[in-house]
Amino acid sequence: MNAHRSIALAATLAASLSVAAMHAASAQEAEAPSREHWSFHGPFGTYDTGQLQRGFKVYREACSTCHGLKLLAFRNLSDPGGPSFTEPQAVTIASGFQVTDGPNDKGEMFQRPGKIADRFPPPFPNDQAARAALGGGLPPDMSVLAKARGYEAGFPWFIFDAFTQYQEDGPDYIHAILVGYEDPPAGVTLPPGAQYNKFFPGHAIAMPKPLSDGQVEYTDGTPATVDQYGKDVAAFLMWAAEPKLDERKRLGFQVFVFLIVLTGLLYFTKKRVWHDVKHDPELIESRPPPEYPKS
Amino acid sequence: MSANSIYKPQNPVMQWMERRLPIASLIHSSFVVYPTPRNLNYWWTFGGILSFMLGAQIVTGIVLAMHYTPHVDLAFNSIESIMRDVNYGWLLRYLHANGASFFFVAGYAHIIRGMYYGSYKDPREVLWILGVILFLLMIVTGFMGYVLPWGQMSFWAATVITNLFSAIPGVGDPIVTWLWGGYAVGNPTLNRFYSLHYLLPFVIAGVVVLHVWALHMVGQNNPTGVEPKTEKDSVAFTPYATAKDAFFIGVFCLFLAWFVFYIPNYLGHSDNYIPANPGQTPTHIVPEWYYLPFYAILRAIPSKLLGVIALLSSIVLLAFLPWLDTSRVRSANYRPLYRQFLIVFFLVVIGLGYLGSQPPEGGYVIAARILTAYYFVFLLIILPLLGLFETTKPLPNSISESVLREGVPVGASAPPPSGARG
Repeated sequence: MNAHRSIALAATLAASLSVAAMHAASAQEAEAPSREHWSFHGPFGTYDTGQLQRGFKVYREACSTCHGLKLLAFRNLSDPGGPSFTEPQAVTIASGFQVTDGPNDKGEMFQRPGKIADRFPPPFPNDQAARAALGGGLPPDMSVLAKARGYEAGFPWFIFDAFTQYQEDGPDYIHAILVGYEDPPAGVTLPPGAQYNKFFPGHAIAMPKPLSDGQVEYTDGTPATVDQYGKDVAAFLMWAAEPKLDERKRLGFQVFVFLIVLTGLLYFTKKRVWHDVKHDPELIESRPPPEYPKS
Repeated sequence: MSANSIYKPQNPVMQWMERRLPIASLIHSSFVVYPTPRNLNYWWTFGGILSFMLGAQIVTGIVLAMHYTPHVDLAFNSIESIMRDVNYGWLLRYLHANGASFFFVAGYAHIIRGMYYGSYKDPREVLWILGVILFLLMIVTGFMGYVLPWGQMSFWAATVITNLFSAIPGVGDPIVTWLWGGYAVGNPTLNRFYSLHYLLPFVIAGVVVLHVWALHMVGQNNPTGVEPKTEKDSVAFTPYATAKDAFFIGVFCLFLAWFVFYIPNYLGHSDNYIPANPGQTPTHIVPEWYYLPFYAILRAIPSKLLGVIALLSSIVLLAFLPWLDTSRVRSANYRPLYRQFLIVFFLVVIGLGYLGSQPPEGGYVIAARILTAYYFVFLLIILPLLGLFETTKPLPNSISESVLREGVPVGASAPPPSGARG
């Protein structure tokens, strides 16, 4: 008992010293994005096909002029576990993009409509061209953006996230950026060409507000709001970054069923094997005689 | 690996083989009849788990290497191609990346067990030192593997860690240039890291053989720290230890599967999904979680050279534990003071891990200095002095006696185990 108390005391002392020191250090950060509801969260989560198709529409109409998707091929749009466009639909989408091919017989590069096997063509020929066209800013490629962005939940929340399987800080962040445009608060001056965004680290974002209500037409009755666009495009980008998520979670469940059964069998095997040792008669014989209460 | 095997092959092919290469009797004496203390708890299963993880890492790694391209312009996309276009490539990569983390989980559990039960003491010093060498090899291998995806954290971690060598007076800068194969971290660096990342696991496997050999010379320690005295104190490795290890490997795989299938990027850093950009430094350069305590020690010291020395000695000092710890009692169960100081030491290492993940500013640095001071005071001052002044609890006369004290259920009629002597 005494030992436990001293350990607890020492640990508390060390912890309070450290915590006191760290409180002085905690720097001011951008507001944490709100946690949205995602269909692909949790052990049985899957992508919502309708949402991915809407998200692709938002990407196509609002994002794709500046942001590339170079790791994705048009064929991926008809892959299982994705937006599940039919193959003819994917062919049509591909033919809407101009792709550089070549060299041809004359040794020249040429433009042609995209084919299903092509990857999404980059919006700018190179980074310098993008910077020149956009006043210095470089829009990141969006292929793995949903895994390349996020925010720190901080102690102790990050521990709970391991148990609740929270892995959606990327889509939450993307959604937050899209709804986070505001007028700068009084006294805040922004560098020229920058907008104020309450969720962007440092708040000065070079990207102009990309979406406004009603900008992208939805035909399935989903509300055409910036909030909804943000969620849909964030879900689409999560699929773009992690196209095998449905397959992964499905296989994961099968593996869990298998491992639980296997581990259970191994447990009872171990118990059976050790039964002899735990009930070793030789040891029991050599046991000191029991003390009977004196009457 | 003991010589007195009781293995007598019946099969004529095996008899023929036994006279030429007695590998079957070697395996029989090492992993079947090898006596193992009967009172081992589940902390003793991590050695088996580590062997299992080494095998799993090598198998997944070899298949990944078939699809990976070690070139600064292609590495990032080749990994994305593994994730997207290779059959079950996502599974291989997530198994390998999370497997590295769980390799360290098992490694740390193994080290904690060794320190708590005094497994480094006479006659197990060489066994322990081989373990510290394995830990160092794991650190180097894991670091090089983390560089291969060539994301932002890969690149900047490689830059920061290789730059540590520049702290060596006089020859530091030439050494760093030599390590890089150029004047900055670049393609030659990536290529040699890939080559070494492929080589070192086999070096680890070789040292593991020595580690197991040394273990089989001196036998396993146990929770009492009292050596087995009679046959009653031991049971045969197979089926007893094998069954127990197999069960706990199953439990361990459940934990690993939780991460691989449900939160595969939880232990990674999102910046590593941004391709390496030598022109842009990330806001915070953070190593993988398993290096964070040592990273905190490095940054706690204001001088670069002293910081590097502290970082190195924080690991190398562990090899001297057999001599730093002057107590003749092994197990912390019988050393009340050591037990307290040791548990605080483990908490301090966890605290250092948290501080290593935070920016090196203000209070974090002060906290890191306090905890770093305890780390070294514990190893260099508390440990040697404790052995001289501590009053230890009385040890049981034998393992069987300690098992009896815990109480053996009565009413069994099963035959005694046929544990062979080693």
